[in-house]
This record gives sequence, C-alpha cells and structure tokens, in this order.
Amino acid sequence: MHAAAVIVFVLLFIFITVLGFVASRWRKGNLSHLDEWGLGGRRFGTFVTWFLLGGDLYTAYTFIAVPALMYGSGALGFYAVPYTIVVYPLAFLFMPRLWSVAKKHGYVTASDFVQGRYQSRLLALAIAVTGILATLPYIALQLVGMKAVLAAMGLAGDWPLIIAFIILALYTYTSGLRAPAMIAFVKDILIYVVILVAAIVIPMKLGGFSHIFHAAAAALATHKPKGAVVISPKLFLPYATLAFGSAVALFLYPHAVTGTLSASSRVAVKRNMAFLPIYSFMLGVLALLGYMALAAGIHTKVTSNAVPLLFLKEFPSWFAGVGFAAIAIGALVPAAIMSIAASNLFTRNIYKEFFVRQATPEHEARVAKIFSLLVKLGALYFVIGIPTQYAINLQLLGGIWILQTVPAIVLGLYTRWFNRYALFIGWAVGMIYGTGMAVENQFKSSIYTVHLGHLAIASYAGLTAGIVNLILSVVLTLILKAVGVKSGTDMTDPTDYELELTTLQN
Amino acid sequence: MNAQQEPKRKRGRVWLWLLLIPFIGTLYPPFYASYHPVWFGVPFFYAYQFLWVIISALITGVVYFLTKD
Repeated sequence: MHAAAVIVFVLLFIFITVLGFVASRWRKGNLSHLDEWGLGGRRFGTFVTWFLLGGDLYTAYTFIAVPALMYGSGALGFYAVPYTIVVYPLAFLFMPRLWSVAKKHGYVTASDFVQGRYQSRLLALAIAVTGILATLPYIALQLVGMKAVLAAMGLAGDWPLIIAFIILALYTYTSGLRAPAMIAFVKDILIYVVILVAAIVIPMKLGGFSHIFHAAAAALATHKPKGAVVISPKLFLPYATLAFGSAVALFLYPHAVTGTLSASSRVAVKRNMAFLPIYSFMLGVLALLGYMALAAGIHTKVTSNAVPLLFLKEFPSWFAGVGFAAIAIGALVPAAIMSIAASNLFTRNIYKEFFVRQATPEHEARVAKIFSLLVKLGALYFVIGIPTQYAINLQLLGGIWILQTVPAIVLGLYTRWFNRYALFIGWAVGMIYGTGMAVENQFKSSIYTVHLGHLAIASYAGLTAGIVNLILSVVLTLILKAVGVKSGTDMTDPTDYELELTTLQN
Repeated sequence: MNAQQEPKRKRGRVWLWLLLIPFIGTLYPPFYASYHPVWFGVPFFYAYQFLWVIISALITGVVYFLTKD
C-alpha cells in the first residue's frame, strides 16, 4: 500500500464529502421541489456552470479511457480532441434554444420538450427511456475509473468503492444538483493542477516530448494489432465520424442537458461554449499521458491501469495521491449529475406521465430522490456483480442510442416540420440498426463497415444508424403529410426559442 | 420584440456560419495526419489539433460577441 498516497486521498475525500452536505445550504432553495433539487433552481451563473459542465462532461472514465486507448492503440484515441473541439460550436447553436424554451415552459428534461413540441407521449417516452438506458452504464463506468485508482493505491476489494458510493448517494439525496456543482470546483482545480504538473514534470524526466513520441511509436509498432502515433488513411473516416458523431450526441446526454438547464441565463450557456474548450486542451494533454506511460516503460495488460501506474512511477507518493483523488472525485461529480438527470427523466416522463398524473412538485422531488438512490445501487451492482466489460459494451451502445434522439430533439428545436410518428419510427429503426451493428462487431469496436455496392465504408456505427434514422424521418414525414395524418398541437411558440429570461434571485 | 430589433437580429445570424470553420479544420484528417513538421518535439498531427482547440474557442467567442443583442 502507498501510505502517503492513501492519506492524501482520504483527506481530500473527506473534504469533498463535507462540501457535498454543506451544499444543501448554498443559494438556498426549497429542496423538496424538483426544480430546486434536480436543476439547482436554474440559478447557476456563467462561472459555476463552467465548473459544473466541465466536471460533468469530462468524467473519470474519460480520464482513464482516453489515455488507455492511446496507450493500447495509438493515435485513434486522440479523436477525443477533435470531438471536443467541434462539440462547442455545435452546442452554441442549439443549446441556448433548448435553454430558452425549457425556461419558458418549465421543462426539466429533453423529453419534456419533445412532449410539449410534438404532443406525443410515445415519442417522449422513447426519448426518456433512451436517456435513462444510456446513462446507467455510464454511471457504472465512473465506478470503474474509481476502481482503477483505488486498486493502484493498494486498496483492493469492493468495500472502498461501496463506502464512496454510499457517501455519494447520501449527499446527492440531500443536496441534489448543488452537491456536484460545489464539488466540481475541487475536482476541476485538482485535475488542472495534476495535468499541469504531469505535462511539465513527466516529459522532463522522460527526456522531452520528442523522445516520448519516438518511444511511443516504437512501442506501438510492437502491439498486436499494430498501433501508430499518426492515423493511417484507412482510419481517416473512422476518426472523423467518431469525432463528429460523438460531438452531436454529447449535449443530448441527460447529464449534459441537466447541466445546461441549470444555468441562470441564456447568455451563461453561450459564454460557456467559448470557455469550455479550456477543458479540451487539458484533455489533449491528458491523452498524451498514454504515450508517456509507453515511454516510461509501463507494461500492463489492463490498459486502464496505465495512467495510475504512470503516476506512481513518476510522482512522489503524496502527489500520486492528489492525482488519484482528482480522478476519483472526477468520478463522483458526473455520477451524481447523471443519477439526478436519470431521476428527472424517470420522474417527469415516466412516473408522472404514466402513473401519477397529478403529482405535485414536492411529490416529484420525493420520487426523484428515491430513484436516484436506486440508480446508484444499480450502478454499484453493475460494477461488483457483473464483469466490467458489460458496462463498457453498454456505454458504447449508449453513445449510439443517444445519437438516435438527435432528429426529435435537435431538429425539433428548429422546426416543427417532422411528423411525430415518422420521428418515432426513425428512432426505433436507428436503435435496432445501431445495436445490431455493435452486436455484430461483438462490441469490440464502434467502427462498422457498411458495404454500398463496391464501396466498403468504415465509420462510426452511431452516425451510420443516425443517418438511416434521419432519412426515414424525412421520407415518412413526407408520406404521412401526403396522406393527411395530423400531428399533435405544438405548445411552443417560435419566439420561445430566442427568449432571454433570467431567474429571479429570491 | 419590436420592428427595429428584427433586422438587427437577422444580420447577426449571418455570423453563425463562422462556426462551420472548426468542422472543416478538424474533421478532414488528410489536412493534418502527418508526423512532420515537428513543433517543439510534438508531431504535426497533435500540434495542429491543439492549435485548433484554441482557434475554435476564439471563433466561438467572436461569434458570441457578434450575435449578442
């Protein structure tokens, strides 16, 4: 066991636990109301939102998985950088529209919006179920990230993980979205410090970047299948479609929607799209840690151990502890927001819509809190009871699934042209086709080769399924309009999407 | 919203097309899938994409100011 690392880790962990409970008093609101518990009362300004979204989107799993992919396969793993470059210009276009219409109509989830826009319980249910299904394995993967650092410190067994998750469950229950918002400050500051130090100290010890890239290239050439530090022409399309497809999907994940809707103003959302790339820069440096691990001569079959082992080898024990705490706390922030987002969806779009129609906001908050506990228990079971590989497979599927909600949500923010049934069928076919591709690949990769005549096109399965989904939605809308099928009433007004409303400070 | 505001809004919209630039710059790997030139020990493939993180953020920032009402 690495005593110094463990002590630093535990101290930081106690500190954020206290923060998590204190958070319930921060910008005090009535926490028995869903808007307060599940969206922090929509009162977070530009600054808090930046930490919250950064803490939310760049998860512990990202911190472990991206360098692990670079360590194992080379340059393809760097797609995370163009992905997080294009995601913000894209979100700059449509997320302010979602924020405005949600604010005006009191929508808490993307599914609420779909219900209001298309008056289709079926389509809204489809969106809610997709969101919940995609989120659950993602929460489980946060635990996997945490498990990797706990194991590196020598804290074996399941109990440290169970304790961490019970603490997480309790402060999420009491403080709602305020807890991860407050803890995100600590998480992000720790991450930035660790990455900055790693980017300076490790290359110095390893003989500079030039040497790191040469050593990584040499090591990757011996891997099976062979890797390289620059993508080959065969990987151009997979690289670009992975980046683009993931970017389109990211802000439709329930935790991203929750993070965005909790902003206090439309301007705060827009500003964040210009400031969030600071995290992308950090992510790029972090990805290179995979190469640093190769250059440092770290050998492990489990690629997710590469970064923890690198920290232990190159840092003094206490600072490795800071690094591990950053990753573990980096697991708690998104896990909390994801469970809140899944609870919001369940409560608003399944429980209230199909079971207790007259549920009051207090009743909603109570159900959401309980559901958030169940979600975390489920995630814990996933990690302890089921091989990790299943969670990773499901997360890969989750990305493909979320992409299938793009036509209904993103295009719905711009036009009411689409027919609700057409969107539903497009979604269903996209889900089945996308899942089928992943299964056929035996979950080994999200790159799927489609044969069109003589052409063999290898690209991101989620995007391929999404294109089929979009084409179906367009064609079926044309057909349904031609035969005169009516679409439901639109509860929103075109001006709702541009409104600048500010939450009153009470 | 009054009549005077309307054309101003529409004019601001044009700037949104600038947001297309990062997509062209980063989603066409033939532009940058090369080891050389090496900048400060970092192969072009990486240096180029790091540079685009900054360019893209600047573009988004500029568009924010240009479309502000």
